[in-house]
Amino acid sequence: MFDFSYTIWILLIPFFLFVLIGFWGNKFKPIVSGIVGCAGLLTSWILSLFTAYKYFFDVGKVDGVYEQIIGYHTLWLRFTDTLYIDLGVLIDPISVMMLIVVTTVSLMAHIYSTGYLKGQKGFMRFYSFLSLFTFAMLGLVVATNIFQMYIFWELVGVSSYLLIGFYYEKPSAVAAAKKAFIVTRFADLGFLIGILLLSYFTQTFDFLTLTSPTGPAIATPPAATFLGMSVLTWAMILIFMGGAGKSAMFPLHIWLPDAMEGPTPVSALIHAATMVVAGVYLVARLFPIYVTVPIALQVVAWVGAFSSLFAAVIACTQYDIKRVLAYSTMSQIGYMMCALGVSGLGGHEGLGYMASMFHLFTHAFFKALLFLCAGAIIHAVHSNYMYDMGGLRKYLPITHLTFLAACLAIAGIPPFAGFFSKDEILVAAYHHDTALFAIEYIVAGLTAFYMFRLYFGIFWGKKQDYHHPPHEAPLSMTIPLMFLALGAIFAGFIPFSHLVTSDRQILELETEWIIAIPSIVIALVGIGVAYVMYLKPTEIPKKIAHALRGFYTAAYHKFYIDELYLYITHRIIFNHISRPIAWFDRHIVDGSMNGISYVTNQASDKIKGFQSGQLQQYALVFVSGAILLALVFIYLWT
Amino acid sequence: MNILLLLIIIPILTITGILFAREDKHVRVISAIGMTFQLIVSAIIILWFLAERNAGNTAEILFASNYVWYETLNIHFYIGVDGVSVAMIGLTSIVIFAGIFASWDVDDLPREFFTSLILLSSGVFGFFISLDLFTMFLFYEIAVIPMYLLIGIWGSGPRQYSAMKLTLMLMGGSALILVGLLGLYFNSNPTGGPLTFNLIEIARVQIPLNTQLFFFPFLFIGFGVLGALFPFHTWSPDGHASAPTAVSMLHAGVLMKLGGYGCYRVAVFLLPQAAHELAWIFIILATIGVIYGALGAIWQKDLKYINAYSSVSHCALVLFAILMFNETAMNGAIMQMISHGIMTALFFALIGMIYGRTHTRYINEMSGLMKVMPFLAVAYVIAGLASLGLPGFSGFVAEMTIFVGSFQYSDTFHRVATIIAASSIVATAVYILRVVGMMLFEKIRNPEYELITDAKWYERLSTGTLIFGITAIGIAPLWLSTMITGGLGPIMQKLFLAMN
Amino acid sequence: MFEGVPLSWFLILSTIMFFIGVYGFLVRKNLITILMSTELILNSVCINFVAFNKILYPEHMEGMFFTVFIIAVAAAEASVAIAIIINIYRRIVNIDVEKMNEMKY
Repeated sequence: MFDFSYTIWILLIPFFLFVLIGFWGNKFKPIVSGIVGCAGLLTSWILSLFTAYKYFFDVGKVDGVYEQIIGYHTLWLRFTDTLYIDLGVLIDPISVMMLIVVTTVSLMAHIYSTGYLKGQKGFMRFYSFLSLFTFAMLGLVVATNIFQMYIFWELVGVSSYLLIGFYYEKPSAVAAAKKAFIVTRFADLGFLIGILLLSYFTQTFDFLTLTSPTGPAIATPPAATFLGMSVLTWAMILIFMGGAGKSAMFPLHIWLPDAMEGPTPVSALIHAATMVVAGVYLVARLFPIYVTVPIALQVVAWVGAFSSLFAAVIACTQYDIKRVLAYSTMSQIGYMMCALGVSGLGGHEGLGYMASMFHLFTHAFFKALLFLCAGAIIHAVHSNYMYDMGGLRKYLPITHLTFLAACLAIAGIPPFAGFFSKDEILVAAYHHDTALFAIEYIVAGLTAFYMFRLYFGIFWGKKQDYHHPPHEAPLSMTIPLMFLALGAIFAGFIPFSHLVTSDRQILELETEWIIAIPSIVIALVGIGVAYVMYLKPTEIPKKIAHALRGFYTAAYHKFYIDELYLYITHRIIFNHISRPIAWFDRHIVDGSMNGISYVTNQASDKIKGFQSGQLQQYALVFVSGAILLALVFIYLWT
Repeated sequence: MNILLLLIIIPILTITGILFAREDKHVRVISAIGMTFQLIVSAIIILWFLAERNAGNTAEILFASNYVWYETLNIHFYIGVDGVSVAMIGLTSIVIFAGIFASWDVDDLPREFFTSLILLSSGVFGFFISLDLFTMFLFYEIAVIPMYLLIGIWGSGPRQYSAMKLTLMLMGGSALILVGLLGLYFNSNPTGGPLTFNLIEIARVQIPLNTQLFFFPFLFIGFGVLGALFPFHTWSPDGHASAPTAVSMLHAGVLMKLGGYGCYRVAVFLLPQAAHELAWIFIILATIGVIYGALGAIWQKDLKYINAYSSVSHCALVLFAILMFNETAMNGAIMQMISHGIMTALFFALIGMIYGRTHTRYINEMSGLMKVMPFLAVAYVIAGLASLGLPGFSGFVAEMTIFVGSFQYSDTFHRVATIIAASSIVATAVYILRVVGMMLFEKIRNPEYELITDAKWYERLSTGTLIFGITAIGIAPLWLSTMITGGLGPIMQKLFLAMN
Repeated sequence: MFEGVPLSWFLILSTIMFFIGVYGFLVRKNLITILMSTELILNSVCINFVAFNKILYPEHMEGMFFTVFIIAVAAAEASVAIAIIINIYRRIVNIDVEKMNEMKY
């Protein structure tokens, strides 16, 4: 048996980087922390690649099944005899795949940032947070038990908070960071309660026990019900709520677009490629249980499908390029969720699962690429808005080409990566539920449209008069772009169905052209429409917007979900709950205590009149008292 | 000689040293030296304790000594520790150590200030090592009384009002406790032999249920007042707001724990059946307290009020967990006491330091402090993150232990209470991030703040110690958890008998 | 000399004296008069002592001793009281007892 215990170092290196850069980074020149960070991450990356190679091609497969190996574990905290938190490394196909995704994108973001943030204040702070995030994300993906996942889940949440709020002098960044944290925290409450429920009924946190077919969750599911649904269903739905919060699924998506206030490499790493897919990963991790509770799986599928459509529609109307990408991310994650929702376990039933993981993998590359390109563009133009851009293909040739590759990949044009994964999702949806298929099909067209709207709007379109002619980004930024572009182009050729499947066995697949061709067609239609509307400045977009006035305005305002949240938080929670509580505390609780003291005071004020200082009054009282006593005694004795 | 006696002797020696100090400047140095020794002794006690346990010493009480104090009433000075009290001793010594350095720049009557502070801490130490109810109560009073002077003389704002309110409410609480203790005393020997205050002996006695039901509310509410049990928490916001930095630290960090510890060690341990019967009332109150404190904090503008309400919420969680009568939750309660103790001490220390620089405690008047005082700001963020239960800090460990433990109850009432209490983590995130966002981030609006300097060495030492405490527990909680669980055996046995 | 005088007569006399003293103490406003009233009360007690001693326990002398004590103490007390009164007079140029209520509340 190959010893995988070294994999712990994949996590620990970023952690030590965090400590090192965080404490001693400011003793050196800023660039030193960048170089140290990159070097550390490179080591992690190489270790991950090595692990992947060893696992997939050497020792992982036993009798045609990829084994789940605990590479390393240590007891961290014991609650009861059966419930305890192990910190460890679980090696199985999806965790190894995620190791690759996280370390690759993180390495790219590290390298890219040396150029992107050059000369900015807080350079070393940025690198320490980035390392913290990488550590947390790696800890999340290799979690051996659900509580370890929750721990790192919170840690990625906080590193996301710190990185979104990186420009802490900008009020909007501070607000966005706060929003991201609180919304996901709210979702995490669901996750926590889900964990409590699940762990109470199964008496284990361990993933391997939970998901094993003979385990307590699957073989002997708890019989208890609550409001007509089994507790297991409740638990899984609540856990999905946590995943939905992190993965920005409707209606917990509101933090993601705002999170674009963070530096662009952060958006690429956290809010496109890694952290936001944690929800998908969570569902995939617990997938064997989800399969046994169809209602929860239906929820996953429909939330995913609705989010993908909802976000795609909004993405068509936005002008801030990072926001377009953010909504696109939400839409693509909806795709993955939907794919999981339509999947079964094992064999061809499990196509959706494999497709979802495949899409997660390819999406990480092309979406990170899109964001990093957007960063390069913003770096050159100093604006986030599409209407400040146009005709940039001459100024930014490398960015232009890599952006195009990513757009083709996300639109699903063969042979780019997105085609393969998206196609599998559509096939899976088609075989499961026609309505979901229809939604996803429309979304595919919308995706192609808004991505190319962006592409044509930025790189073609009207010529702008730039004050300073935009110039291509430095090499430190373009190398990651090119590297990721290679991923976006070729990742689709990886035989994913041989590596990552729901039952960890090989799944033989053939391209179903009956679905592939229509999906290419609709992508081309989307691109065509974008070409007509945005290649040259025309009046068509305005006319269409005018024709669909109400709907367009609603979509432009993101269907007023933000306003709804603001209403709930500010009006209801702040004004109608917190404020009355504060008032109640001051006036009723405190008032009653003060009231007691007031009554005491008043009583003493009334009584103190006896103490008049008049000698003769005292004497009179004394004498009358003595006489009274004397009379009483006389009466008693006779 | 018993090493635990050192915990009392060192403060007394320190106070003597302070009284004989020639100059005011020497006072703080003497206090610092004394409390450093105290910290070292506590560390030795903890290590020794762990070593004894590892060596297989399973005695219920370690380092026990029994001295007769007043023979007629059978009052003893009986000291000894188990896993729980050792942990509390560690907490106290850390907080008092940090407190001395946090009040390094007190120049108004320093002699009297440090004397009262250390006297207070010696009361706390005495309370935690006492196993005789009478001396326990005595030390409790020693800990509470100097508070009045400390707030009334060195406080700010409406300090006389706050000091009076705090002292009177706590005295009210101790009146209730006294009644309860006497109740225990007079029922301590049903066969008619000599009565005793000895906690361990009383624990062996089967007190009739009616008596238990009568005295349990006295003890639980009495200690609950100090533990900020809703609705008897109202001394806490005003008291903390007026108290000087080190006093807030000690008070929220350690004194409030006396309440929780008393509820655990006296009320629940000695009256388990009544606790079982009446738990539902106090669980409801504690659940309300958890949510109420958190939501109440959202609306506050004064930093100290925010933290006072936050303390109400966190301390209510302690009482909540104690009443779950489940080993895991009980363990969580003790860890929450320690975690909250260090964390809130850190908060109050930082608030004091920030107030010393900005001269305001209103968050809407401050902004952009991250830029001018990065050390303090980062420390504040860390305290905040610890407070909202982030993994890697002690708060997470404690809260999760509580939630997992209390969820092991199979009835709906306890479950619902747990879920409601757990939802406080969201509200906590809201008020913490609100403060952090408003106070530390964004641009500096007040130009005077540009001149603010960052932390001095003693402030760094003070906050650094506390941050080390919360992260050490947060990263490696197992030893603490195991140590505490070791001390929970007797109470769990009693509760198990009571519940069946 | 007192042979045949019944005890009750002494007691009646002392009671009358006592209540005259109490009346004076309670009613008069002048501190000197109040002091004199207390002397009356003391003297009524002295009469009781002497009478009881003489008639009930002629073989003992305690009542006589006590009377002498009381006279001595009363003298000392009167001198202290008058000293106080003089001091009060110096301070507020008045010896009206109703003016002296500094000790209230």
